[in-house]
Amino acid sequence: MNKKQKKMLARIAAAAFLMILMNFLPVKGAVRFVLYLIPYLVIGYDILLKAGKGIKNRQMFDECFLMAVATVGAMALAVYQDGDYTEAIAVMLFYQVGEWFQSYAVGKSRRNISELMDIRPDYANIEKDGTLEQVDPDEVETGTVIVVQPGEKIPIDGIVVEGMSSLNTSALTGESVPRETAKGEEVISGCINMTGVLKIRTTKEFGESTVSRILDLVENASSRKSKSEDFISKFARVYTPLVCYSALALALLPPLVRMFVLGIPAGWGDWIYRALTFLVISCPCALVVSIPLSFFAGIGGASHAGVLVKGSNYLETMSKTKYVVFDKTGTLTQGVFEVNGVHHNQMEQEKLLEYAALAESASSHPISRSLQQAYGKPLERTRVTDVQEISGNGIIARVDGRSVAVGNAKLMKRLEIAYKDCHHTGTIVHMAVDGVYGGHIVISDKIKPGAKEAVAALRSAGVSRTVMLTGDTDAVARQVAAELGIDEVYSELLPEGKVQKVEELLERKGDNERLAFVGDGINDAPVLSRADIGIAMGAMGSDAAIEAADVVLMDDDPMKISKAIRISRKCLRIVYENIWFAIGIKVLCLLLGALGLANMWLAVFADVGVMVLAVLNAVRALFVEKL
Amino acid sequence: MKKTYKIDVDCANCANKMEDAAKKTAGVKDASVNFMTLKMSVEFEEGQDPKTVMQQVRANCKKVEDDCEVFI
Repeated sequence: MNKKQKKMLARIAAAAFLMILMNFLPVKGAVRFVLYLIPYLVIGYDILLKAGKGIKNRQMFDECFLMAVATVGAMALAVYQDGDYTEAIAVMLFYQVGEWFQSYAVGKSRRNISELMDIRPDYANIEKDGTLEQVDPDEVETGTVIVVQPGEKIPIDGIVVEGMSSLNTSALTGESVPRETAKGEEVISGCINMTGVLKIRTTKEFGESTVSRILDLVENASSRKSKSEDFISKFARVYTPLVCYSALALALLPPLVRMFVLGIPAGWGDWIYRALTFLVISCPCALVVSIPLSFFAGIGGASHAGVLVKGSNYLETMSKTKYVVFDKTGTLTQGVFEVNGVHHNQMEQEKLLEYAALAESASSHPISRSLQQAYGKPLERTRVTDVQEISGNGIIARVDGRSVAVGNAKLMKRLEIAYKDCHHTGTIVHMAVDGVYGGHIVISDKIKPGAKEAVAALRSAGVSRTVMLTGDTDAVARQVAAELGIDEVYSELLPEGKVQKVEELLERKGDNERLAFVGDGINDAPVLSRADIGIAMGAMGSDAAIEAADVVLMDDDPMKISKAIRISRKCLRIVYENIWFAIGIKVLCLLLGALGLANMWLAVFADVGVMVLAVLNAVRALFVEKL
Repeated sequence: MKKTYKIDVDCANCANKMEDAAKKTAGVKDASVNFMTLKMSVEFEEGQDPKTVMQQVRANCKKVEDDCEVFI
């Protein structure tokens, strides 16, 4: 509670106490009025002042004005009929309780959410003459060695030069399994060092480090407003004046009609009372505060789960996602090639791999590397001589004195060696040893663990069509798609081709359906920005992706895509609930008020109660853990 | 040019009114107020001095909502 809220709480308590006390005082007439005026002014003086200033500045229709007119009117009616003053005071009292609650709830969620996003490191440690000195991370130059102790945040991106430890990346990725790190590995700012002391050579300035970029993104996220928010502010602009004029009409027309047309008593008091009830209901607060609060909570909850959304408009668009288009490599597959099998081998599999790895040991091609990795033992380069690389075909080399040829079908044809084709998809590496066919090795990009489940999860989250785009060969693409259960595949596409395909899909989809493109942020910036929603994965450290995408997934787990969509759906469901609930209750109470079935008590409960419920409902958007 | 300013305001509807007031100020191309983060981002027209324009924005905001503040 801040100072303002404490003061207000005291005023509420004092006014409530005085109001109850007055009920027991045996006074009558003018004295009674003056006594009741005390709690009324205690609770409402600021509202009256604000209303006065509003009139002066020609800003009539705000809630202070409404409350002022309604309660002053009710007081006047009470004086005229020597009736119940409690009503006017109670209306003001409940209005203030509502305002207080709103300010408390909003302040609390503001703090909660900023705590969730609190990844800003306050200092960096630099070792000087054997002692550690804390400095502002902004002042650390690139290339400086910083020391991070257990329990501290890594302030700046860099490379570990000494020590090993496990890192807690949950603030960045929402992933709770710690990540191991050791000398020579890159580390990202914002992670918490858990076990050992690390010395890190910084590779970036603080302002360019991951943590600064993320904070920048989160802080500027909410400046883009959603359609629902725009709708509400427009609605509020029309709603309040409309209700005020209706109240005026309600106060004047029926009595006049009764007097002059029907010839019965006008019943001014009754109709004015109904009109005042109208005014109390007319505050648009519940809507106006709960909608942005829902979005804010939704974005906050999402970022806690490792999903950064750049604005509430994107959250809104994402909730309507029906088409999800994937880029294959790096999104559904790991983008790392791996030996998948060895077939038709005439010699031991182990031996074949050893020869292949040795022959390719001089090359740094991803395929050579995957062969070396599959062999898994250190390579003695001295065993390899006479390496001859035939571009586009493969390598011929002498290993342990035997002639080894490693390459594609073209190489086998060139050497006139009978080879066997493979029915598996992937890159096929044929081997020949001393001019005899030795078998082939199948190398393929590995599908990410959980990719299949992720596609299924998307379907259950309400996505109607999944599409995969790739530059890879048709056979590989079809196999991956079949394995993952993807509906449509377009293969052998150049980057421009991907943009074109996305444009075709955009034309094909229905009016209320949105298309999301998921990429790893490398080479697909144009597609990311062309789609309705661009989702970049595994964006830790990739600046281009953070720039181009609308939604950034902090790690490369494909399950996060459906999670992001579920979060957005939940948030929007809450937004619509609040819109319907708040408007519905208000319209209902307006009707009851006009018919004389609702008194001011009910009206103020409708106003404050709806607001409290809508705010509590909005805060629900923050809880995304189980989605 | 676009700049972001911290603001202080109590109610969401008032924030909307501040946004309207800021948008209508001369020299402001577009403005947006975020009640939840208590921030106002203002896009200025070409060749306008943000400082003087913001003084006017602040004055206009005060007119529609007495109990607000824009930290320039």
